[in-house]
Amino acid sequence: MTQLLEAIFGGLSIGSVLLLAALGLAIVFGLMGVINMAHGELMMLGAYTTFVVQNAFKGTPLADFYIFFALIAAFLVTALVGLLLERGVIRYLYGRPLETLLATWGVSLILQQFVRTVSWQFVFGVGLFCLLFFGAWWFLARRPDFERLRGWVLWVMGPLSAAIALVSSSLLGNTFKLTVTKPWFGTQGVDVTAPRWLRGGLPIGTGYQLPYTRLFIIALTIVCVLGIYWFLNKTPWGLRIRAVTQNRNMSSCLGIPTRTVDALTFAIGSGLAGVAGVAVGLLGSVSPNTGQAYIVDTFMVVVVGGVGKLVGSIVAAGAIGTVSYIIGSNALGPLVSFSPALTSFFEFFASASMAKVMVFALIIVFLQFRPAGLFPQKGRTVDA
Amino acid sequence: MTTKIAEPSVELSQSSGLRKRRRSLLFEAIAVLVVALLLLLIIPPILTGLGQGVRVNQLGRFLSLAILALGIDLIWGFTGLLSLGHGIFFALGGYAFAMYLQLQLPPGQIPEFFNLYGVNELPGFWQPFYSFPFTVVAIFVIPMIVAAALGYLVFRNRIRGVYFSILTQAALIVFFNFFNGQQKLINGTNGLKTDTSTIFGVLVSDPRVQMVFYGLSILFLAGAYALCRWLTSGRLGRMLVAIRDDEPRVRFSGYNPTWYKVFVFAISGALAGIAGALFTVQSGIITPKAMDVAFSIEMVIWVALGGRGTLVGAILGALIVNFARTFLSEQFPEFWLFFQGALFLIVVTVLPEGILGWFRREGLGWVRSRLRGPKEIETYPSLEEDPDVQYERKNLGD
Repeated sequence: MTQLLEAIFGGLSIGSVLLLAALGLAIVFGLMGVINMAHGELMMLGAYTTFVVQNAFKGTPLADFYIFFALIAAFLVTALVGLLLERGVIRYLYGRPLETLLATWGVSLILQQFVRTVSWQFVFGVGLFCLLFFGAWWFLARRPDFERLRGWVLWVMGPLSAAIALVSSSLLGNTFKLTVTKPWFGTQGVDVTAPRWLRGGLPIGTGYQLPYTRLFIIALTIVCVLGIYWFLNKTPWGLRIRAVTQNRNMSSCLGIPTRTVDALTFAIGSGLAGVAGVAVGLLGSVSPNTGQAYIVDTFMVVVVGGVGKLVGSIVAAGAIGTVSYIIGSNALGPLVSFSPALTSFFEFFASASMAKVMVFALIIVFLQFRPAGLFPQKGRTVDA
Repeated sequence: MTTKIAEPSVELSQSSGLRKRRRSLLFEAIAVLVVALLLLLIIPPILTGLGQGVRVNQLGRFLSLAILALGIDLIWGFTGLLSLGHGIFFALGGYAFAMYLQLQLPPGQIPEFFNLYGVNELPGFWQPFYSFPFTVVAIFVIPMIVAAALGYLVFRNRIRGVYFSILTQAALIVFFNFFNGQQKLINGTNGLKTDTSTIFGVLVSDPRVQMVFYGLSILFLAGAYALCRWLTSGRLGRMLVAIRDDEPRVRFSGYNPTWYKVFVFAISGALAGIAGALFTVQSGIITPKAMDVAFSIEMVIWVALGGRGTLVGAILGALIVNFARTFLSEQFPEFWLFFQGALFLIVVTVLPEGILGWFRREGLGWVRSRLRGPKEIETYPSLEEDPDVQYERKNLGD
């Protein structure tokens, strides 16, 4: 009995992390057809934000409740990064999903290296470059003959501001040495510690307990899902998002600002990644590679669930989480002890990484029967 | 006789077109031969003379990666399927060859690493790799079979676009996990070393052997280029482009795109397998890291940078990016990821057709306008070559 409860709970908690991670991705993918490969890195940013907030609150009376501030901060930071990403890169690539995939992969590489190397010197250099380059751009863009100057501005101001930023930041590094050149986070992982009231667990039966952090994550997931459901179904902007998801051209004709909807959705999706990042931070150490560990599972949730369906994502995340937990923890092995071959078969797959192998095989089989996912978009759509 | 007066002129133009095509094909073959001989005979002595002997080995490795890039160009550039899982086929080819090399032992012995994990008997699937002919075939047939099976299961359901990319990536991760976790079967994370074993009685890391593999890389690259060129210039190539541009329409026209896609995916996998074997033997080791997600996505960017849909572009891209990477990570080890990320962004946003595509579209026109040549009119290329159109232009006036 306890073992069964444990299996269900373990699967549920894995599934809830997956769902939290997949939620933002699914909304964005459903709306814009954009696969955001940087989603995992946005989660990582959320986890690092948690780390920063935790350190900021250390020693203050609110230290026990830093997690709530961290949730808000992570949401805001990643939503902002997502907005920048959409405005800066993705909006030029609509209708070219494969190219978007590559571009966001590039962004994810940059973000990974960013958290590894970011230091005061680095921030100063990048900031100075942006100030000079975009300042000049902004200033010159108001000239009437800007179109003629554009190429010139790009090729002269770019290298010039880069050179100035490089020289001055290396000067800064030489004067202040380690105080400015030391990376903030470094390549090593950092640890987010759960607040005191989240340590330990709820004891059930003998020798087993439900960890409070996992319960917290499940609760967080439920809140997020309800929040998104409420947002999509009860607010005017939610209505617009749903309209654009169903038929972009028609919505545009009816006066819905589709570009604004895109930007807003992308920001919200990224913000959800940040919230997922907080949850991931609670589960273990956070390193620049954290995002990579989740990204493919998250995609699988989106593929199995069907595009742009909240229910699909929920069911798929639950199913994938439970199945991989059950296989990974070898819960099936003892059940089939009548057949040694089957037992050894399940034992072969009884580890987290081998469970992935099995789950992937099951997903491929599943897609043979339902290629469009659990809850495909209804209606007469040309397959395109 | 008198009524068919137009006939000879049409035939004439047709045969002259054919002759022109044949001549350009001959020209291309000569160019490939010259480049290959240049790489084989001229470059190594020059590099060794400059004291850069290591670069020859590097060049050999990158040339084998170019074979892989050709395969990706075939499937992405021509067929429009973005595979993020080519690392699987690459690694399968590499492992197949490495297993053969590991088995170059006195009879009765098994590779050393097995002892570490308490395995006393050679696992069954290692047995066939004692035979050299089997290995040579396995290097490209095993990846081909895996690619065909995976492709069939996916394409059968008309899964394509981003879904296909994600599924191939998931498959990659699955294979990675499998190879990484199975210490007892294939030495898991540590991979298989090849440079300490022998081939036909000579140490693999011997410079002469390495030189042979360098030559083989060039040979196979030229062969792969010829194969891809042949595949894409005929009817199959047109079918692939049609699938890329509008698959539903291909299906409505009565073709079944599935088998074309399975076929091209399998060919692409086979090329990746060959590349993997050549790369492994020149770098001395194969580990599950060859199935790293980042590496498989990077392969795509080689093709994108060079210019997709242009076979030469794929080769160029592979060489450029890999040399840029070695150079940059030697100079500024920290910043390679920044550069790589920027490369992805720039190629996708500014250079969507790659270097070669840009050159054909802009650069060539620029050169021509400098030389005051006539400006080429852009229209359907088939229209220009159509004998009927040419006949009408010539005889009926515009």
